[in-house]
Amino acid sequence: MAHFEKANSLNEWLDQRLAVNTLQRVLQTEYWIPKNINFLWAMGMVLAITFGILLVSGIFLLMYYQPNVDTAFDSVNYTIMREVGFGWLWRHVHAVAASVVFLIIYIHMFTGIYYGSYKKGREIIWISGMLLFVAFSAEAFSGYMLPWGQMSYWAGMVITNLFSAGSLELNGVVEWIRGDYVPAQAFLTRFFMLHVLLIPLAILALIGVHFGALRIPHVNNQDGEEFDFDVEAEKYKAGDKKSSKVIAFANDFLSKDMFVVAVYLVFFFYLVFWNYGFAMDPVNFDPADGLKTPAHIYPEWYFLWSYEILRPFSKDIGLIAFAFAQVIFVLLPFLDRSPNAVPARRRGLFFIWFWLMLIDMIALTAMGKLPPEGIYSTIGLVAAVAFILLWIALPIITMFEKKV
Amino acid sequence: MKEFKILAVVVFFSLVTYWLVEPLAHSVLHKHVDSNHFTYADLPALEKTGDVANGKELVMGAGACTGCHSLEVAGISASMDPVTAASSYGVNPPDLSVVGAIYDDKFLAALIKDPASALKVSHKFDPDSGKMHPMTQFYGAGGDMDQEVADMVAYLKSIAPKAEDVTPAVAFENACGRCHSVRYERWTQMGEKPMFKFKKDEYRFDANVLEYQEHLTKYMGKLPPDLSMYYRSRNVHFLETFIEDPQSHMEGTAMPRVGVNAESAEKVIEYLADSADTLRDDRERIGMYVMIFMLVFTVFAYLWKREIWKDLH
Ligand code: HEC
Ligand code: HEC
Ligand code: HEM
Repeated sequence: MAHFEKANSLNEWLDQRLAVNTLQRVLQTEYWIPKNINFLWAMGMVLAITFGILLVSGIFLLMYYQPNVDTAFDSVNYTIMREVGFGWLWRHVHAVAASVVFLIIYIHMFTGIYYGSYKKGREIIWISGMLLFVAFSAEAFSGYMLPWGQMSYWAGMVITNLFSAGSLELNGVVEWIRGDYVPAQAFLTRFFMLHVLLIPLAILALIGVHFGALRIPHVNNQDGEEFDFDVEAEKYKAGDKKSSKVIAFANDFLSKDMFVVAVYLVFFFYLVFWNYGFAMDPVNFDPADGLKTPAHIYPEWYFLWSYEILRPFSKDIGLIAFAFAQVIFVLLPFLDRSPNAVPARRRGLFFIWFWLMLIDMIALTAMGKLPPEGIYSTIGLVAAVAFILLWIALPIITMFEKKV
Repeated sequence: MKEFKILAVVVFFSLVTYWLVEPLAHSVLHKHVDSNHFTYADLPALEKTGDVANGKELVMGAGACTGCHSLEVAGISASMDPVTAASSYGVNPPDLSVVGAIYDDKFLAALIKDPASALKVSHKFDPDSGKMHPMTQFYGAGGDMDQEVADMVAYLKSIAPKAEDVTPAVAFENACGRCHSVRYERWTQMGEKPMFKFKKDEYRFDANVLEYQEHLTKYMGKLPPDLSMYYRSRNVHFLETFIEDPQSHMEGTAMPRVGVNAESAEKVIEYLADSADTLRDDRERIGMYVMIFMLVFTVFAYLWKREIWKDLH
C-alpha cells in the first residue's frame, strides 16, 4: 500500500490522488502554443464548442424523439416543436449547429491546407481530422434520416443506392444496409442507433486522437516558423513573456479563443433564431412518402461538392470519381511532395493550386444544388474534371518546389 | 490589420457560397409566380348594386343555394350529414354564413353563374361528356340575371360578420376545411375532432372521417394533403400565389381557385403558421434575449483577452 501524508488542503488532497497540479501544468499552464497565430487557430475550439452544443441539444431531443416510421415525423414536428417546453429551441439549435459545424470544418481544413499544417510531423493530426470529417458526415447523414420527412426518405434512398456500385448491381448490399428493399422501419432504427450512439462514440474517440496528435508537433504558426519550444518556454517561465515566441494554452490562448467563440456564438444564434432555412430544408417538412418523388432531390449543402463530382459522369465513372473525392483529402500529406511547411503565399504554384481548389469546390457546391441542365451541367462537368486534374497536378507541382 | 483581412476573405467566400446554394439555387429550382394581390382581374366587375331583401328570397328560393348549403345564421341547417353530402357531391358544401366576408365579391358572382370556370376546374368538368360540377350553376330566376346575382351577393355580405371579425380558424375552416385536414390543430374535413371519453366513440368518428375522405378522394382524384406543416414546407409567397390560383403552380390540378379576398388569405396563412410554426413569437422574443446576452458576453470576453494579452506583447 502506497504511503499518503495527511493533506492540508483540498487541492493537496486531490493532488495526492489525481495529480491535479501536474495535469493542470501539462494540459494548460505549460502547454505551449506559438504566439504568432491568428483567429483561424481558434476554429478547433469553435468546433469543440459546436460539438458540445450538438451533444447537449441532441440529448434533449432524444428525450422526446420516437424512432418509428409512423410517429417520427410528428414526434419532431408536433411534440418537440409545439408541446415540449423549449423543444423548438433545442431543435433549431441542433439543426443549425449540424450545418454550421461543416462551415467551420471547411474553414479549419482550408486553414490547414493554406499553412501546410499537415506535414512534417503533423500527418496524424491531418488524418485524424479527415476521419473526423467522415464521422461527422455520417453523423449528419444519419441525423437527417430521423425526422422522416421527404428529404430524409429520398436522400436515404439515393445515397444507399450508391452501394450497389453501379454496373456491379450489388443490390444485395443495398438491401443489407437498409434491412429492407426500401428505407423503412429497420432502416430508421439502425440509423437512429448510429446517430445517437455508435458515431458519437467514434467522434469522441477521434477527438481524443486528434488532440493527442497535436502534443508532440505542437500547432503550426502563421509564418511556418520553426523554433525550439523548450527554449522559448524557458524564456516565458522566466517572466520574459514579451520576447518569448510561445504562450500558455490557459489563460493566454484560451482568452483569445473565448473571444473568437463569443463572436462566433453571436453569429450562430442569429442563424438559430432568424435565418435557419439553410439548415432545415423546407422539403423535409413534408412527411416521407415512398410514392411521391420530390421534384428535386439534393443533399445538404456540405455534401453538394462531392455529390456534383458523382453527377456529371456516366454511372460507373461517376462512382469512381466520387470514391476518389471521398478519400483524396486524406492523402494530402503524401501527395504534397514539397519540403516546405510554410504558408501557401510563399510557395509559388501551390498558392495558385490552393485558390483554384477552393473556387472549384465552391463551383461544385453550387452546381450540385442547381438542376443538371444546360450551362449548369457544363460548369459541373468542367469543375469535376478540374477537381481530379488538380489532385493529379499536386504531386508534380510540389515536387519542383524549391526549398524556401 | 491582418486578422481583419483574413476575416474578410473567410466571410466573402462563405457569403458567396451561401448566395449560390440558397437564394440563387432556389430561384432557379422553383417556378416563379407573381402575386396579383387577389384582384381576380380575369373576372368581370360587379356592375349592379344588389338588393338585400331580394337576395335573401333568391338564396333561399329560386337560387336554390340552401338546397345544398346550410345557412346557420338564418337558422337553416344542412339537409344531410357531411358523409351523406360527400357521397352525393364528393365534398360537403360549406355553410354560407360567412362566405360574404371571406370571398371576393366578383368571385362570388362569377361562382354563382358558372362554378367550374370561377373555380378554374373546367378541365375536370366538361358538360359535353356529362361531367357536371356538383354545384349547379344559376340560370336566372326570370329577371335580369346580373341583378339577381348582385342581389344574392349583397344578401350574403349583409349576413356575414365584418371581415376583421373573422378569425384565422374561421377563415380556414370555411375556405379550405372541407377538403384539407390539419391534424396538428385536430381539424378534420368533418370539423374539429372532439376529445372523446370512450374509445368506441372515437373510432366511430374516425370511421366517418375515413368514409368522407373516400368520397373526397373519388371526387378530387386524390386526397388533398394534410396542411399541418405546409407553412414550413412551402414559403409564404408560394402559399399566397397558390391560394390565389393553384393552376399557376400546378397546371391541371384538381384544387379549385377558392376565391378568397386578400384579408382572408392572410388569415388562412396565419392559421397555417399557427399550426406549423406555433411558437414563432417566442422565438423572436427569446432570440432577442439570447442576442443581448451574447453581446454582453462578447464584450467581457474581449476585455479578458485584452487584460491577459497586455503582458504578452
Ligand atoms: C347542387 C348543390 C348546390 C347548389 C344548388 C349550390 N351549391 Fe354552392 N357548392 C356546392 C358544392 C358541392 C360546393 C363545393 C364544391 C367544391 O368544393 O368543389 C359548393 C361550393 C360553394 C362555395 C364555396 C366555393 C369556393 O370558392 O370554395 C360557395 C361560396 C357557394 N357554393 C355558394 C353557393 C351559392 C351562393 C349558391 C346559390 C346561388 C350555391 N352555392 C348553390 C353545391 C351547391
Ligand atoms: C375542393 C377541395 C379543396 C379546397 C376547398 C382546397 N383545396 Fe387545397 N388541395 C386540394 C387538392 C385536391 C390538392 C392536391 C393538388 C394536387 O396535388 O394536384 C390540394 C393541394 C393543396 C396544397 C398543396 C400544394 C402542393 O404544393 O402540393 C396546398 C398548400 C393547399 N391545397 C392549400 C389550400 C388552402 C390554403 C385552401 C383554402 C384557402 C385550400 N387548399 C382549399 C383540394 C382543395
Ligand atoms: C452525439 C450527440 C447527438 C445526439 C444525441 C443527437 C440526437 C439527435 C436526434 C434525437 C435527432 C432527431 C430530432 C431532429 O431531427 O431534430 C437529431 C437530428 C439531427 N442531428 Fe443529431 N445528435 C447528436 C449529434 C449530431 C451531430 C454531431 C450532427 C452533425 C454534424 C448531428 C446532425 C443532425 C441532423 C442534421 C439532424 C436532423 C435535424 C433536423 O432535420 O431537424 N447530430 N439528432
